[in-house]
Amino acid sequence: MSTREWLLTEQPASRRQARLGQSYRTWLAFRRNRLAMIGLGIVLALVAVALLAPFISPYNPIVGGDLRTERLLSPSWQHLLGTDDQARDILSRILHGSRITLLVVALVAVIATPIGLLVGTTAGYYGGWVDTVLMRLTDIFLAFPRLILALAFVAALGPGIENAIIAIAITSWPPYARLARAETLTIRNADHIDAIRLQGAHSARIIWGHVVPLCLSSVIVRVTLDMAGIILTAAGLGFLGLGAQPPQPEWGAMIAGGRRFILDHWWVATMPGLAIFVVSLGFNFLGDGLRDVLDPKAQK
Amino acid sequence: MTLLNVENLSVTFPSRHGPQRVVRDVSFRLGRERLGIVGESGSGKSQTGRAILGLTPTSGTATADRLEFDGIDLRNASHAQWRKLRGARMSMVMQDPKFSLNPVMTIDRQLVEAARRITPNRAEARDKSLAMLEAVQIRDPARVMAAYPHELSGGMGQRAMIAMMLITEPDLLIADEPTSALDVTVQIEVLRILDDLVTSRGMGLIFISHDLRLVSSFCDRVLVMYAGRVVEELRAAELSQAKHPYTRGLMGCLPRIDGGTRPLPTLQRDEAWAR
Amino acid sequence: MPLIDITDLHVRFGPVHAVRGVSLSVTEGEAFGIVGESGSGKSTVLRAICGLAPTSAGSIRIDGQTLTAPRRPAFYRRAQMVFQDPYASLHPRHTVDKVLSEPLAIHGFSDREARVERALNDVGLGHGFRFRFPHQLSGGQRQRVAVARALILEPEILLLDEPTSALDASIQAEVLNLLDRLRSERGLTYILVSHDLAVVSHMCERLMVMQHGQAVEELARADLQAHRASQDYTRNLLAASEGFSRAAP
Repeated sequence: MSTREWLLTEQPASRRQARLGQSYRTWLAFRRNRLAMIGLGIVLALVAVALLAPFISPYNPIVGGDLRTERLLSPSWQHLLGTDDQARDILSRILHGSRITLLVVALVAVIATPIGLLVGTTAGYYGGWVDTVLMRLTDIFLAFPRLILALAFVAALGPGIENAIIAIAITSWPPYARLARAETLTIRNADHIDAIRLQGAHSARIIWGHVVPLCLSSVIVRVTLDMAGIILTAAGLGFLGLGAQPPQPEWGAMIAGGRRFILDHWWVATMPGLAIFVVSLGFNFLGDGLRDVLDPKAQK
Repeated sequence: MTLLNVENLSVTFPSRHGPQRVVRDVSFRLGRERLGIVGESGSGKSQTGRAILGLTPTSGTATADRLEFDGIDLRNASHAQWRKLRGARMSMVMQDPKFSLNPVMTIDRQLVEAARRITPNRAEARDKSLAMLEAVQIRDPARVMAAYPHELSGGMGQRAMIAMMLITEPDLLIADEPTSALDVTVQIEVLRILDDLVTSRGMGLIFISHDLRLVSSFCDRVLVMYAGRVVEELRAAELSQAKHPYTRGLMGCLPRIDGGTRPLPTLQRDEAWAR
Repeated sequence: MPLIDITDLHVRFGPVHAVRGVSLSVTEGEAFGIVGESGSGKSTVLRAICGLAPTSAGSIRIDGQTLTAPRRPAFYRRAQMVFQDPYASLHPRHTVDKVLSEPLAIHGFSDREARVERALNDVGLGHGFRFRFPHQLSGGQRQRVAVARALILEPEILLLDEPTSALDASIQAEVLNLLDRLRSERGLTYILVSHDLAVVSHMCERLMVMQHGQAVEELARADLQAHRASQDYTRNLLAASEGFSRAAP
């Protein structure tokens, strides 16, 4: 029996085989979507670049070359993407900048997703005053424009990439909470939830073991699609000088740095802009593909 | 007189294990009569009905050696031809009125819109709509006309749906489980309406259902489908003399009010039936 | 003493008065049917017994003891429910194994492996079904899993809410036979809710007809078989269950 047959069998013989088989089926469905595969490729490339940045960067991203001769060089074989006003190689800075981008994306996902899920499912499952309190709280956070709240936050705590991440995470979870709540409201009255209630399960077990797994897929899709916006917000904060601080090679800050030369030395601002564009696009493709696979409602 | 002539109708859907023929070489003729198509879920009965109206989902393909409605070849009918036929001369009633009626339009608008296909005059179309609602035994047609679909009970909604499908006085009505979502007493009333229409207007009716007992008491002829194939065709009155083991098994496994065997006989499926 | 004793039960959902003064009693080992059309409140009675619907007035007693709200954990080991739609009553992301072992985990059973295997065998599904997901099962197989789940805590009362109305006729026969066999093997007490008089007549010794939240009448199986109904509504139901007849007005 080949591995493929073992995975796709209709009669799995163990828990592990059942779970792996299920994942493999999802993967097969995902693989059929070309754009999603491109998105996955871009995201994986981002991860690889972030991991390998010190080894594949041709130059030091922080310390530039000779300020007299190597400033603002246009793209060439020596400097594939040119150099900036500090005589630093732009390619090296973009490669290192991917680490910051990845850090923002990962931390925001890790902080905002569980908060959103927990608040949303709890509110939806209990209803009544719990729902009212949690949802009004969500509304309050939702009422703050993301960038403005981040600005206030950074102003209070001082600029820096950590504070920017916290600010973005705090403003990101409300939509996930709303989504999870809406899903929970439809799941809450399902027969299988009544059934587990009749087995004597308490609420925490029902929410965690039965409601959350059903909300998870749509929240993951939403988070993935939001990643583009999160990257842009982080870049925006960097651009305003409130995110990553120089000389850190953050893409938004790099665009801000290149703004002064945009007419004469276009590559300084364009190259990090392209990096933001490609990564955002990758997350959007990936999110669309995940939605096709994970969200039954979106299937044709 | 033959209203509908179907020869070797097949419907195929792609699947992970290659093309799946869900309807296989189904042939029958329909006059101005009540024909029942009976089968369990997955027997292909609904896809047969849909294929006749050209409503096979886009992922599937329907082929036939002959598919004629009143002398018109339906196999290569153009969009324009279908528009003239569907709704006007052939209609379909689905199981659940909730999905077939437009939820954001009143019954009035939907009915009148349908009626105007045959009478362009608005006032006349309205009169016709009211008359049609009365014909399907709705006691308060004016109230129902003003209502939105969700404001009607299941039985009312299904009647409004039937009224809408019949307002154009079609020659052929395909009813796919039209009463399965209804209570038994309402079910009988809806069937009575359909029965009257067949008798008084000379309409041809294809009645698709899983309920063998209901079909046999209502229809003139019955096709029994299994795994996409018609395994037996017989007069409804002669159902008790069915020859095919599947038909007999289906009859036997139903519990009966006046006692019966215990445990119930179960249906032993035979691979050969599907071949 | 009856095992289940309901007196003057009322259930209200806001302005909707779903059950209006229903009383019934079921003795141990009996199968009791509740028949009615949609909106008659028949399922609500069942849900009120297991605490899924609120009891607004009246009392529900099991073994003479009035049930508390919310129900005590011990209640769930005495009474379990099988739902109508096997496509909705199993969690789509849980394997059969998970569905069956979770109640055992909640109630702290130790020999879970053996119990899950035995429960699967009892409902006619072998070991091969244990690690499947619901989407890998047919409707009849799902309903068997639902029955296995209801029985895994070894309750004495089974509440059956239209257990076969979503199934094909041939599958219905199999599930009804299974329920019948389990009852005689284990001396279970059933309350079966259905819109189908034939199913109730086949399964139950006594039945109650409900309409608009009230009991219309109570009949023994023999009365039903002989078409001895005293109320017009029951007679209408009986006539309609026979199928269509052209002669009738």
